[in-house]
Amino acid sequence: MADSAGVEVKPGATVQAPPQAASAGSEASRQRVVSPEYMFFEAPRERAFITGSEAAKEAIRRANVDIAISYPITPQSETMQQVGALWAEGYVKEYYRGEEEFGVMSAIAGASRSGARSLTATAGPGLMRGMEVVASWPGGRMPLVLLIMCRVINAPLSIQPDNAELAYLLNSGNIIFHAENQQDFFDYSLKAFIISEKPEVTLPVAVAVDGFFVTHARGYVMLPPSDIKLTPRDPYHEAIPAMDNENPPARISRDAPIQKSNFISYHVHASWQQEVWAAVERSRKYIDKYMGGLVEIVNPDAETIIVASGSAVSQSREAVRQAEEDLGERIGLIKVRSLRPFPTRELREACKNAKRILVPEFNCVGWLHREVCTALYGYSNAEIIPGPRVFGGISLPTEMILQYIFPDKKFAF
Amino acid sequence: MKRRINIRMSGLGGQGVVTSAHIMAMAASKEDKFAISNPFFGAEKRMAPAESYVRIGPEKIFDRGELVYPDVVMVFHPQVITMGKSYTMPFYSGIKKNGIVIINDDIELLTDEEKEDLAKMNVLVYYVPATKMALDIAGTELSTNMAMIGSVAGLTNVIGMEALDLALQDRFGKKYVASGGTATLDEAIKKKFAKKEMLLQKNLDTIKVAFDQATDYAKSKNYIPAVMS
Repeated sequence: MADSAGVEVKPGATVQAPPQAASAGSEASRQRVVSPEYMFFEAPRERAFITGSEAAKEAIRRANVDIAISYPITPQSETMQQVGALWAEGYVKEYYRGEEEFGVMSAIAGASRSGARSLTATAGPGLMRGMEVVASWPGGRMPLVLLIMCRVINAPLSIQPDNAELAYLLNSGNIIFHAENQQDFFDYSLKAFIISEKPEVTLPVAVAVDGFFVTHARGYVMLPPSDIKLTPRDPYHEAIPAMDNENPPARISRDAPIQKSNFISYHVHASWQQEVWAAVERSRKYIDKYMGGLVEIVNPDAETIIVASGSAVSQSREAVRQAEEDLGERIGLIKVRSLRPFPTRELREACKNAKRILVPEFNCVGWLHREVCTALYGYSNAEIIPGPRVFGGISLPTEMILQYIFPDKKFAF
Repeated sequence: MKRRINIRMSGLGGQGVVTSAHIMAMAASKEDKFAISNPFFGAEKRMAPAESYVRIGPEKIFDRGELVYPDVVMVFHPQVITMGKSYTMPFYSGIKKNGIVIINDDIELLTDEEKEDLAKMNVLVYYVPATKMALDIAGTELSTNMAMIGSVAGLTNVIGMEALDLALQDRFGKKYVASGGTATLDEAIKKKFAKKEMLLQKNLDTIKVAFDQATDYAKSKNYIPAVMS
């Protein structure tokens, strides 16, 4: 194992925090607290050539995380192994491996409710295993960050990137961002903590990224210095105050509606979930402020527009460039940064003159195509083409995207 | 360089296929070129098929993942061809016109049909005894990937020796965080050499010999890699 993997524990010995964590002179202890605005926009940045896993590590180093809990699964393991190294260096206060994902997602919920800045991460089947608990987080109003390194969930078994799992998460009330590359994974992970903990949001934020293509590949990432970290979580200014010796658990858990009459239970549930989804919408202004909006638009005036999220955006950018350079055709591209809240208004405005819309995806179910159709129903006359799609983990060749854009021409296959 | 080059590396687990892509990408970065490297192994185990991909170009590269349509295919082990230990069949599937195939062996491995296929696409097939080179120069077959890197750099001139030297120092000269399997292999290769400086030097020597041999070959055949112009 790499020499940065953590501390060695001998049989019989009690597990203790490594000496670095407590030592006053460590680099971690010298980190200066800065405002989110300074961290995101003002701090000088230097270029690094690192993997997506390392980008996540660098975000967590600067995020002032109190506790990280996870269970290893490819391709997430590499990131959380490095979070272990951060713990050993004192950048993360608590860190442990849960028993499996159901336990992990439950434990991190407890950590969040106690007021700690909480992080977990999983991939594909791990997300599906933890889904029961993940779906209950938003109703529990638990600010925390879940990193998802997307991986095949359906049979035949595979560890490769395919993001069908996000289809299951979309309607759970969690805020969901989809990172395109290593830079996004760094930025979104860091910003997710701040958005998650805003009083009028107070919700978990999932940052998804396509495994391997981003997590195990190197790319350029502009990093602020490592000697600064975000302001700590302030759990007493959130929609539900943290649970401690003076603040009892939120009423929803201490006085469960299931113990009441059905009618009270229905009313409580309805108002509670309406409030959860309203809170999802209220995160928009922070996504606009910190992430530059729910979408990025390239060539807005084009008649043919590609709508994509995650790695499919990168493949599409290349196809857009090839169409322009080799064929002299301008193709539009809308990158969806936030899946929840979904950029319904933004898409209606951006697609009002479009004639054809393509939705390339890295999964067989076409969840983004459905989302786009729902958003544009009644607002656009464009033909919304379901594809191109690849599944099982293969990359989407730019030639395949070009073939969908120009069906009359012949590309490499 | 005028155009981007897409390289697919096919080999077996433990041969340093993933490391090669990382070194190539880091070397390109040293020359202020743009690069993206991508590993694509299945289980991390010895002798199982392993593939990695590197894209190097003069402008920012967006696309990622496996290269379905590569310009260059590098075969790190004869079994990729003879036993079909490849992610694609045939191993050169999707190769672009005027492409290059580099094979680690000194005996002919292709069938007549395969040769015909590649000739139709005007693909250059270049054999290099990379493992023998590694054993002769570095004293260990673990340096096979170095000879492969030297060969592709020499043939295409996509990156120079100086940048490769710097990338090698980055990868093996300082602390490097990798997966458990890769870390074990790193330890194994470090044990083969008395000192870290020796490891770096011997590996660099291996790259250099392969680089020079490929450069000489390109010169003698008047070969200009059309994939990049």
